Amino acid sequence: MGAELISIFIVAIFIENVVLSQVLGLCPFIGVSSKIDSAVGMGLAVTFVLLMASVVTWSVQNFILVPLQLEYLQTISFILIIAALVQFVEMVVKKTAPALYQSLGVFLPLITTNCAVLGISLINIKKGYNLIEATVNAGGAGLGFFFALLIMAGIRERLDISELPETMKGAPIAFVTAGLLATAFMGFSGLV
Amino acid sequence: MNTTTAALNPAPPRLLVTSSPHIYSGLTATRVMWDVNVSLVPALAMAIYNFGARAAIVILASVLGAVVAEFLIQKFLMKKPVCISDGSAIVTGILLAFCVPAALPTWIAFVGGFIAIALGKQVYGGLGQNIFNPAHVARAFLLGSWPVYMTTWLKPAALMTPDAMTCATPLGVIKTAARDVELMKQLSESGTSLVSHVFNQLHIGFSDLFWGINFSGSLGETSKAALLLGGIFLLIRGHITWHGPIAMCATVFAGALLFGGSLEFAMFHLLTGGLIIGAVFMITDMVTSPMTSTGQLIFGFGCGALTLLIRMKGGYPEGVCYSILIMNSLVPLIDKFTVPRKFGQTKEIAA
Repeated sequence: MGAELISIFIVAIFIENVVLSQVLGLCPFIGVSSKIDSAVGMGLAVTFVLLMASVVTWSVQNFILVPLQLEYLQTISFILIIAALVQFVEMVVKKTAPALYQSLGVFLPLITTNCAVLGISLINIKKGYNLIEATVNAGGAGLGFFFALLIMAGIRERLDISELPETMKGAPIAFVTAGLLATAFMGFSGLV
Repeated sequence: MNTTTAALNPAPPRLLVTSSPHIYSGLTATRVMWDVNVSLVPALAMAIYNFGARAAIVILASVLGAVVAEFLIQKFLMKKPVCISDGSAIVTGILLAFCVPAALPTWIAFVGGFIAIALGKQVYGGLGQNIFNPAHVARAFLLGSWPVYMTTWLKPAALMTPDAMTCATPLGVIKTAARDVELMKQLSESGTSLVSHVFNQLHIGFSDLFWGINFSGSLGETSKAALLLGGIFLLIRGHITWHGPIAMCATVFAGALLFGGSLEFAMFHLLTGGLIIGAVFMITDMVTSPMTSTGQLIFGFGCGALTLLIRMKGGYPEGVCYSILIMNSLVPLIDKFTVPRKFGQTKEIAA
C-alpha cells in the first residue's frame, strides 16, 4: 500500500507531469511564469486547490453521482463544484487569513478556469483511485505543476536579459522552451 | 560662424575615453570554439578508426546540417552578419554526431545538425543565449522521432562480419539483463555478477571500455582515453574547470557503488556510455552551465544523480542526455541561489 502510494506520487510529479506530459494547465504555465515570485504563489495556490478539489469531487462522484446513477453529469457538476469551491475558499481565506489572501492575490480566482484542476479530478475517477490515492495523486500533480512553473519562471527571467530575436519574444519562446522541457522530461519515462 | 563649424566637425579626440575592460587578452569566442574543435580531434580519430568511413559520413552530415542552419538563419531570417567562421556550429555538429550511432542514415544526421542550431540555439538569439545544450536538444529530438534508427548500433569495423552488422551496447545489455527475472536468478545462483555477464556476452573487459575498442556505442563516446585527452587540453587552455566533470563522475561512481554494491559495478558505470563525453564536453559548456564553481558542483551532482537514476531505474539504457537537459533547465535557478558575496560584503548584508 505504502509503496503504491509513493509510486503514484512520483509518477504524478515527474513521469506524468501535469504540464509537461499531460499538457494540462498551460494557461497559467505560460501566463504566470514570467517572475519567480508569482510562479511560487501560483504553484502553491494550484497545489492547494487541487488537493481540495480532488477530495470534494471524489466524494461527490462516489456518494452522490454513482448512487443516483447520474454519472453522465460528471463533467458539468465537477466544473460547477470547482468554481464554487474556489470562490468559497477565496471568501474564507479573505476573512480568516488576510495575509495569505494578500500573497495569493489574483491567483486564486484564476485557478477556477485552470483545466489542470478539472483534469486531475477526472483522471482520479477514471483510474478508479480510492480517496487516499486520489489525494496523493492530486498532491503529486500539484507539486509537479509547481516545479514545472518554477523551472519555467527561472528560464524566462534569464530570457528577459538575453538577446532574443524580435519574432520570438514573449509567448513564442515560452512555447518552444516548454516543448524542449517536455522533451527533457521524457527521460523520466518508464521510471517506476 | 567659426563655432558652428567646430561643432559640426569636431577634431579627432586626442584622448580616447572608454569604460572597462581595457586589457585585450585575445580570448574570443572564436578562439575558444576552435580550441574545442581541436580537443575533439582525438575522439574523432577514434570514431573513424572504430567505425570506418561510415563515421566520417555521419559526422560530415551533422556538421553540414548545423552550418547550413546557421547560414540560412543568420543570412535570411535574422539578417545579421554570418558568423560560421567562429566554429561554434561546427562544434555543435561534431558533438551531436558523437552522440548518435554510426549506422544512422545520413539524412537523419543532417536533420539533427539543423535542429541543433535552429531549435537549440538560434531561436534563443544565437551564440551565448541558449538555455539548453544544442547537441543534446537535437539528440533528444532524434531519439523521440526515430527511435529505431537511433538505437541500431553498428559493430566496430574490426569485428564486422558479413552476417552480423549490428550489436548491443554494454548499457543496452545490462538494461535487458537487469529486467530479465529468469536470467537474474541464474546469475545469482552461479555467482556471476551482472557486470561479468555483460563482459562475457560482449567479450570485452575494462581496458576495452577505457580505450574504446571492440564494442559498440555512439560515435564519439566509446574511447574514454581520447575524450580525456581532449578534456585535459581544454583544462590546460583554461576553457573548462574541473568542478562540473569531477562532481558528475564522482556522483555516478559513488551512487553506483552505494546502490550497486560492488566496485566493479561502479567502474562499469563510470566507463560506459556517454558519461565521460557528457562530463567533459557537455556540462562544461560555458553558455548552459552555472557561472560559479559552487553552482557547477551542484550542476554536476544533479547531472550525475539523474544519469544514474535513469540508467538504473528508468526506461532508457542511457540517461546522460536527458539528465543534462533537465539540469540545463535548472541553471537559471542555480545561478540565482549561488550568487557570490560581493567583495567586502558581510553575511548579514548578503542575507
